[in-house]
Amino acid sequence: MLSLYETPVRSRLMLGTARYPSPAVLAAAARAGGVEVVTVALRRESAGERAGQAFWSFIRELGVRVLPNTAGCHSVKEAVTTAHMAREVFGTPWIKLEVIGEDDTLQPDVFGLVEAARTLCAEGFAVFPYTTEDLVVAERLLAAGCRVLMPWGAPIGSGRGLNNLFGLKTLRAHFPEVPLIIDAGLGVPSHAAQALELGFDAVLINTAVAQARDPVQMAGAFARAVEAGLAARAAGPMEPRDLATPSTPVIGTAFRG
Amino acid sequence: MKILVNGAWRDTHSAALAPLLEELGYGGTVVTTAVNGEFVAAGKREERLLTEGDRLEVLAPMQGG
Repeated sequence: MLSLYETPVRSRLMLGTARYPSPAVLAAAARAGGVEVVTVALRRESAGERAGQAFWSFIRELGVRVLPNTAGCHSVKEAVTTAHMAREVFGTPWIKLEVIGEDDTLQPDVFGLVEAARTLCAEGFAVFPYTTEDLVVAERLLAAGCRVLMPWGAPIGSGRGLNNLFGLKTLRAHFPEVPLIIDAGLGVPSHAAQALELGFDAVLINTAVAQARDPVQMAGAFARAVEAGLAARAAGPMEPRDLATPSTPVIGTAFRG
Repeated sequence: MKILVNGAWRDTHSAALAPLLEELGYGGTVVTTAVNGEFVAAGKREERLLTEGDRLEVLAPMQGG
């Protein structure tokens, strides 16, 4: 079973909680996907509306583990402060660490990411860094104390799938023992199946489920894709070849000779 | 004195963070706070004194990806 900072996690599908048509649809999607871990965030609270209060009660009723993020942070200081705030309010040392470096692609600022990860790991956080597929950055994050990595598939919300297949395969091959979760950019269940087939341990999906015409059905589809990918990985996929090989035995073929 | 609360200026006579949160209507809610970019734990709000121009963030759980 997958273990994330000593916490066993059975489901390989993690879900973001944003952009659903309603909380009820989010709850139904989480159930349909068999989801155990959902991501959450912090935002400014208005004393009058108390929207955060209602959301937190709703999430607790779902009975899932929360992975708070530092989404929207553009500096090390913002991300570290947000992590402290998240730990207090959500009561978990888990933190999906995001330090955004570029607004059009929401590409992580990997330099700030490593620095923030070093600080937070030293303070006892279980850091899940949102990173690129860069090997050297991955190495630095592990040296900083991270024991899980979350490489992007493609820019957040783009639905493009695994953009840099070669880079991601290389990352998987270099760190065979490190749990790697594809975070961001997956659009359809086949992308998720492909990630698991390549040996990635889990996927985190938000927009592809939340913005589907039927998010509940899509969550179920992603769950089945992830299961299929995991089973395929265990079964040992064949190597692709450049030339055709007949699958029907050629011995005894009629009309020959 | 004027304090910037979640991006909006507010006038207050509260000298510390805890009474300010009460004054603003956050009493009894699950929120987490930072002053001038530094986290202030719930247990430290009574002793965290405020000065003119401080920037307060009051955050709560929200949907996220």
